[in-house]
Amino acid sequence: MEIFLQQVINGLTLGCVYAVVALGYTMVYGIIQLINFAHGEVVMIGAMVAFSVIGVLMKTGMPPLLVVAAGTVVAVPACMATAWLMERVAYRPLRNAPRLAPLITAIGISIILQHVAMMIWGRSPIAFPQIVKTHTFEIGGALITNVQIAIIVISFTLMGALMFLVYRTKLGVAMRATSQRQDVAGLMGIDINRVISATFVIGAALAAVAGVMIGSYYGQTQYTMGELLGLKAFCAAVLGGIGNLAGAVLGGVLMGLVEALGTGYIGDLTNNWFGSNYRDVFAFIVLILVLVFRPSGLLGERVGDRA
Amino acid sequence: MSVLLSATRISKRFGGVQALSDVEFSIRRGEIYGLIGPNGAGKTTLFNVLTSVYAADDGRFEFDGAPLSGLKPHQVAARGIARTFQNIRLFANLTAIENVMIGRHVRTRAGVFGAMLRTRATRAEEAAIEARAAALLDYVGLAARADDLARQLPYGEQRRLEIARALATEPLLLALDEPAAGMNATETSDLRRLIERIRGDGITVLLIEHDMKLVMGLSDRVLVLDYGRRIAEGPPAQVRTDPKVIEAYLGTGATSATRAHAEPAPAGARPGAVPGAAN
Repeated sequence: MEIFLQQVINGLTLGCVYAVVALGYTMVYGIIQLINFAHGEVVMIGAMVAFSVIGVLMKTGMPPLLVVAAGTVVAVPACMATAWLMERVAYRPLRNAPRLAPLITAIGISIILQHVAMMIWGRSPIAFPQIVKTHTFEIGGALITNVQIAIIVISFTLMGALMFLVYRTKLGVAMRATSQRQDVAGLMGIDINRVISATFVIGAALAAVAGVMIGSYYGQTQYTMGELLGLKAFCAAVLGGIGNLAGAVLGGVLMGLVEALGTGYIGDLTNNWFGSNYRDVFAFIVLILVLVFRPSGLLGERVGDRA
Repeated sequence: MSVLLSATRISKRFGGVQALSDVEFSIRRGEIYGLIGPNGAGKTTLFNVLTSVYAADDGRFEFDGAPLSGLKPHQVAARGIARTFQNIRLFANLTAIENVMIGRHVRTRAGVFGAMLRTRATRAEEAAIEARAAALLDYVGLAARADDLARQLPYGEQRRLEIARALATEPLLLALDEPAAGMNATETSDLRRLIERIRGDGITVLLIEHDMKLVMGLSDRVLVLDYGRRIAEGPPAQVRTDPKVIEAYLGTGATSATRAHAEPAPAGARPGAVPGAAN
């Protein structure tokens, strides 16, 4: 029972990060039907930039929380700029190209960003500074750290803020209108290009925070970290129903739980044939099951001609 | 009355089809200008060229004292041209009031950072947008439906919602593409009153309509297109007796049989009659 509860806590923490990243995938897909495979790399850049800033500031003797906050505050605009640039340079010229062209381009952008990061921060895993002192609390025999609590609280705050932005603000109405009928939105006076840029930039702001959170949680970061994280978050978005914001949140949290519980029990269930080193397969098993049995995802309406 | 919109030698070709050839007209401020013609005459193409959905191959529009060429659709909206669509194109999954709020975009600013940081200016602006959108819904008689999704509205109300959305952009020229299509008699007479009221409020109206009774009754002047060419223009009384117009709608001699099959006679017209003469 303690193992179960412990894995639920771990899964929820991880799931929150997946959800925040999945929102970026789903927003972009919702508005231009592009699977932005470079989104995971935006998360990585967020983590890397925050790492560098924290590394510099921690020597100044500032309070640890302030240092982490400063790292995040720098990472967010850095990621926003990255995403803005990639939309402007790589995706916008392909707006009316066949669906496959921007998809391949996204993979290319992802490789470019990885290698730029490799040139700046090196090939080896970097220890993410653990400057915030960890406190551990016990609930029902399971342990939860202050970092985990912070991740969960921050994630849900961000998700709430995004929902507010999309459903209650002028920009949000414009985003939803553009995703429904891009041509008409233009004729009604919406600057389509600005709305699409805004969608990328907002998704990137979320990704930056996710990068800082995941870096702090695992205590390390590497130029390849965005790849697997991005793929899993993408699976989460598909699980929830891609293009659907609530779906991304639900899919992310479920994906985290599946992964944590699967990893926790796989040894017992297979008589230790498989161990916890198989943790990364669960996301993809879920992806396959979703695509076979409910391709529109849990909250998606219909797939239609979407690839 | 001064000229609001003038078109000079507008041409548009799609592959082998000359959709518009050298169309010329001018619309005066404050008038209701009708645009009629058999199906395929190029009426909607003209709307699409006017609103930059397509670029014209040749010719130019001058609107409110400046040329319109090379603009993006949202810039055309900003210049003061708003339109509705022949086949209703609302944002089906937005509420009625959100649909109208969309139209306010072009008259307001506040971008990404305003939206994310919730500045005072953004909040004030959003409150103003919502108030204005509510007033427009009331104007077209949809105040009670503000929070219903657009796709849940009955057909006639969807048409009026499209008009409210277009009006939200504060247009100088409102272009209506077959607003009465599919409406029953009561809805049509409501629509007629609404269009008259819009003109009364100082907005110039460009009206494509197949309902001859409506378009001939409302318009100050009418332009008739056939096969992408201007064949007549003038006050309704003059246009409806124009031999070329009668020929376009009803055909003459050998062409009459094929044309009559391809093109059902418009409302109010029957063999031997003149469009609109029935009323």
